[in-house]
Amino acid sequence: MAHYKPILDETPLVSEGTSFKEITEIVSRVTEQKAPRLWWILFVLSVSGTGILGGTIGYLLWTGIGVWGNNSPVAWAWDITNFVWWIGIGHAGTLISAVLYLFRQYWRTAINRFSEAMTIFAVICALLFPTIHTGRPWFIYYPLPIPNQMNMWPNFKSPLLWDVFAVSTYFTVSLLFWYVGLVPDFATLRDRAKNKIRKWIYGFVALGWRGSNRHWSNYERAYLILAALSTPLVLSVHSVVSFDFATSVEPGWHTTIFPPYFVAGAVFSGFAMVMTLLLIARTVYGMHDLVRIRHLELMNKIMLTTGTLVGYAYGMEFLIAWYSGNPYEKYVFINRATGDYWWAYWSMISCNVISPQLFWFKKIRRSIPAMFVISIVINIGMWFERFVIIVTSLHNDYLPSAWGNFTPTLFDITTFLGSLGLFFTAFLLFLRWMPMIAIAEVKMVIPQADPHHHPEGDDHGHDHDDEDEEDGHADLEPALAEE
Amino acid sequence: MAASKKKTKKSHTPATDADGRPLLYLAEYDTPADVMHAAEKVRDAGYSRWDVHTPFPVHGMDRAMGMPDSKVGWIVLAMGLTGCTTAFLLMWWTNGIDYELVIGGKPGFSIPSMIPVMFELTILLSAFGAVFGMFGLNQLPRHWHPVFFSDRFDRCSDDKFFISIEAADPEFDLADTRSLLEDTHPTNIELIQEEVAQ
Repeated sequence: MAHYKPILDETPLVSEGTSFKEITEIVSRVTEQKAPRLWWILFVLSVSGTGILGGTIGYLLWTGIGVWGNNSPVAWAWDITNFVWWIGIGHAGTLISAVLYLFRQYWRTAINRFSEAMTIFAVICALLFPTIHTGRPWFIYYPLPIPNQMNMWPNFKSPLLWDVFAVSTYFTVSLLFWYVGLVPDFATLRDRAKNKIRKWIYGFVALGWRGSNRHWSNYERAYLILAALSTPLVLSVHSVVSFDFATSVEPGWHTTIFPPYFVAGAVFSGFAMVMTLLLIARTVYGMHDLVRIRHLELMNKIMLTTGTLVGYAYGMEFLIAWYSGNPYEKYVFINRATGDYWWAYWSMISCNVISPQLFWFKKIRRSIPAMFVISIVINIGMWFERFVIIVTSLHNDYLPSAWGNFTPTLFDITTFLGSLGLFFTAFLLFLRWMPMIAIAEVKMVIPQADPHHHPEGDDHGHDHDDEDEEDGHADLEPALAEE
Repeated sequence: MAASKKKTKKSHTPATDADGRPLLYLAEYDTPADVMHAAEKVRDAGYSRWDVHTPFPVHGMDRAMGMPDSKVGWIVLAMGLTGCTTAFLLMWWTNGIDYELVIGGKPGFSIPSMIPVMFELTILLSAFGAVFGMFGLNQLPRHWHPVFFSDRFDRCSDDKFFISIEAADPEFDLADTRSLLEDTHPTNIELIQEEVAQ
């Protein structure tokens, strides 16, 4: 990680004058003080949601997945919609931690820990759905290449099996990436711990980290490599998810645009979810010095970009449906916009394509209430996108005699709401007990972290001494870096 | 940690016969620039068993300490190649040789359909290589270390910068090493000694 140097009059990433000690203090005290009242309110709500999820799954396993509204033409419905939605949300975490890292976007340090946590919990929620959708989750080891009583191996030509490998790899790598980032910060919490239990627990997970430069050297290399591995991984995961659809011969699914279109949508919804969570946590815990309006504005710009990309994909799908000359393909798309599920289609268009366009206006891009509302609207829109793709393609495909509609049952709704409960329970526990902002990484981007920083340098340092020139980086410093 | 803390309390008493042999010198600094210049001096004095402890990676410190490049990349390369090969052999054996599944009239052994799983296993094993290779090279977890005997070292993960020189270093000398460290203008120097059971 090279040091961040502001360019000319760029706003600093951390409020000016924030010291190392203050950064430690702001982030660590959240885990040391009592949780605010709002935390408890949200926590009780979320735990209730998790309870509903548990009850629903119990009933579902007892009775069978017929308690959901899935039926013969619409065999994939809310469950797979929720799976794709959650996986997509997870992707922003990896994008922020890995892709922005490779592109040296130092503003990511304020939000990466958050979004990585979000990735982990979102992927857990996502994995839940295909697992119970199998109907007999106790046979979930069938997709794994282990000898079983059928004497058969899994079919490696099936995209569903690729999905098993892609999503489980994604979960494991995200978890490792997150943990590696957490180790030095756990050491900070360990060293601040006042009581024995905290010292033992944080000490245990900090692995005896002692800030050694010989360790940092390997650590930074490993971190860079993990970022370089996660970048193609995150692109591959949603591409593989889209193969579940694209390799079928279902009209509306069998399209080559799916992989990039799914990835753009994933980043779009993930950033929206990070924004929702970040705004809540920033307000509840007063992180205004570390998470600044500038960070939020940059995120809004990414949402504007990806929202527009998604809009382009919607248009392109329609064009290709017409250009293909395939009557089934054409019918499915016209049916999406004007058929039984027209309301879902137009909710998707207005939430995903129209609402982010408001971010062209600087006032809206920098207004907290506006971005909060838009971030939620985007997530609703992205849920509808998956619903539209899955249900409208299945319900009226080829022979009219095989057509049918889908209506969700109470248990579809409780599984979905319950998964939100599980997600928020995990997230709130994370906020309460773990450093929600990467302490060591934020310290690295403040001016004092630069060994060439001159605190009293009023003559604005062109007085580099010999050692400075020696290490070969002096020429890279913008002359006005310290103004 | 908890255990080492207890020892710290005792090591604060002035050096007497009760204290054991010296383990390391710990010098403390306030800014990254100070610790970096100090590190350059320790490097030039020819020490080998010494370290710099900082709350975050300080850019240019590897050079200031005269350290070689990290070897993590080689571990990752080896693991990545293993992952890719394993995935290939697994699919070739299971679907192509041992029990050929004919689905959609496609050949049992077909390379294009093997790409996604080969890719995923390459990434998975590479990531294991990066993380466990890094912890392995760093010899972590290691919850016991003489630097933790110091009470002041708690701030190493906060806002202070340290240099430690181990007594096991061939160049180590109680007086000479101390004067070398004093020349680097630390804010504090501490001699960490072994605890003797009493």
